[in-house]
Amino acid sequence: MNPETNPETNPEMSPQAPIIRIDGLTKRFSELTAVDRLSFSVNRGEIFGLVGPDGAGKTATMRMLAGVMRPDGGAIVIDGVDAVADPEEAKQHVSYMPQRFGLYEDLTVDENIRFYADLFEVPPAVRRARAGRLLAASGMSAFGGFKAGQLSGGMKQKLGLTCALVHTPKILLLDEPTTGVDPVSRRDFWRILYGLREEGVTIVISTAYLDEAERCNRLTLLHRGHALHCDTPAALKQLMPGTLLAIMSTDGRAVRSVVTGHPGVSHVLLVGDGVHAVVDDADARIAQLRDALRRAGTPFTDIAVATPRIEDVFVALLETGDAP
Amino acid sequence: MTSPAPPDQAGNSDQVIADDLIKRFGAFVAVDHVSFRIARGEVMGFLGPNGAGKSTIIRILCGLLRASGGRASVAGIDVSRDPEGVRQRIGYMSQKFSLYRDLTVEENLRFFGGIYGVPRAELGARMRFAIDMAGLGGRERALVATLAGGWQQRLALGCAVLHRPPILFLDEPTSGVEPASRRRFWDLIHSLASDGVTVLVSTHYMDEAEYCHRAALINHGRLIAIGSPAQLKQTALGGELLLVECDAPGATLAALQDAPGVRDCSVFGDALHVLVGDAGKSLAELPEFLAAKGLRPRRMARIAPSLEDVFVQLIAADAASRREAA
Repeated sequence: MNPETNPETNPEMSPQAPIIRIDGLTKRFSELTAVDRLSFSVNRGEIFGLVGPDGAGKTATMRMLAGVMRPDGGAIVIDGVDAVADPEEAKQHVSYMPQRFGLYEDLTVDENIRFYADLFEVPPAVRRARAGRLLAASGMSAFGGFKAGQLSGGMKQKLGLTCALVHTPKILLLDEPTTGVDPVSRRDFWRILYGLREEGVTIVISTAYLDEAERCNRLTLLHRGHALHCDTPAALKQLMPGTLLAIMSTDGRAVRSVVTGHPGVSHVLLVGDGVHAVVDDADARIAQLRDALRRAGTPFTDIAVATPRIEDVFVALLETGDAP
Repeated sequence: MTSPAPPDQAGNSDQVIADDLIKRFGAFVAVDHVSFRIARGEVMGFLGPNGAGKSTIIRILCGLLRASGGRASVAGIDVSRDPEGVRQRIGYMSQKFSLYRDLTVEENLRFFGGIYGVPRAELGARMRFAIDMAGLGGRERALVATLAGGWQQRLALGCAVLHRPPILFLDEPTSGVEPASRRRFWDLIHSLASDGVTVLVSTHYMDEAEYCHRAALINHGRLIAIGSPAQLKQTALGGELLLVECDAPGATLAALQDAPGVRDCSVFGDALHVLVGDAGKSLAELPEFLAAKGLRPRRMARIAPSLEDVFVQLIAADAASRREAA
């Protein structure tokens, strides 16, 4: 046995070691540095999120992880294999679903699955069992004879996932699989991902939907090629400087003008039901804000502590300059 | 800021009225007896799965598609009698922003000014308004392709309001835009609304729905819920939501499927969202139920539902009632 791939001599392959480790990863496109000295590790069997807006470097990172784009600098180690030096070896256990998965629109659902199964030399019995289970989980069992071109956006994504999974990868890389997919299909999609996680598949998923970050076990918030922070959703919310308050009102603009500039109040945001604001001391400020709003004659129904969303954390981290 | 609403329309009356709208394509009913009203200056969200009928309703309201039944009025104009009059009074901004990337900011504004028939004498002032609103001062001669997403988005909004439309339709306007730019965009929308512009936003981005005064949920061509985000979260869920933090989400999920009082359960990272009839009762009973199966959650607490929780539950309940009816 090659000592590089022997789990007893290679500490990278022990079950506790991260299954993916990237260090100082950099990618430039002429003047633009799309990925800028990015480092993170993905643990075995977790769902790891690359979360950030368009242009944050998600797709370039995914492509480098998938071994379809060469980095300009930095290291990628996948399951003990140096993926920069030997991308073909690293690809053995990785399945990659790009934003536009290559489905054949003029082939049926079943034919598409069979095509990918043959490509990865999956025995027919395994293919039938696996595809059957995945299609059932995504509510698509009745659509085997439909042409892929006839499916809705959400169904195409689920078919793409079925094709990507027909060969039982150890690591699944999903680049923005839920963009443009409605919340019901999105929830189905995540149910499948959690099922795969139970089977031990490690999943790296990128998304521009900050609310989707809540579904990952751990995530890194990306901004212009940098990682802002990497942790569990709950731990990221702990980084929120101060407490988020929701002030319910039918006249959010009037509330905003009263609370903006009040001592200890920051990040005042108008929402449909009123205003969100961050305060340094919830108990003291709630009482003061109630008084200020009453004195100004501004109607409001309630002021309550609200759970911050990942987006609130993201904006707060950018403003406090907590970026490397 | 100048008021974009024309003075010839009724002051505070409803600016968009859908009254028993029906649209059939052959045997398929795409819009099924839909009624709602949007007040002047209101920001209304339109939510629904793909193919639910959202864009069909919007196309009827824009005068691009004729309803098979019912009545639609926009800015006080009956859409079926005067679709051209309606089109002059609406602005439209799509997800992809529909800008010419190889033209400059100014050239795009001039082009859309021409399309929307802004009088030559007014165009300069309207372009200035759009540039100031979008915060694009100093970038008039920049190529659109060189602008970041948030700038492009605000330019697209500027183009859509050049002709002072009293009604604005936005189709998933902020997907993929940086959070800070997104907040700035919604500030603009709310300031347009407070100047009297009526805004209809179609989206399945739940964060966008949170910014709306009210949201309407469409499924299989029918309106299944309408209300403010707070109202929808309080009433439409038909139960209370628990957060269950546990080490074995998979096993806990499986166990909870058969637990008394549990209606639905879904995974969020290392936690579960569990819909129950009575949170107090379930918080008291579930730990014992799970312990009997060898499961000990780290923490259980009642949480406020997100609009996504509400949305998914309402769609599921609607699907169940349709199955019963069938």
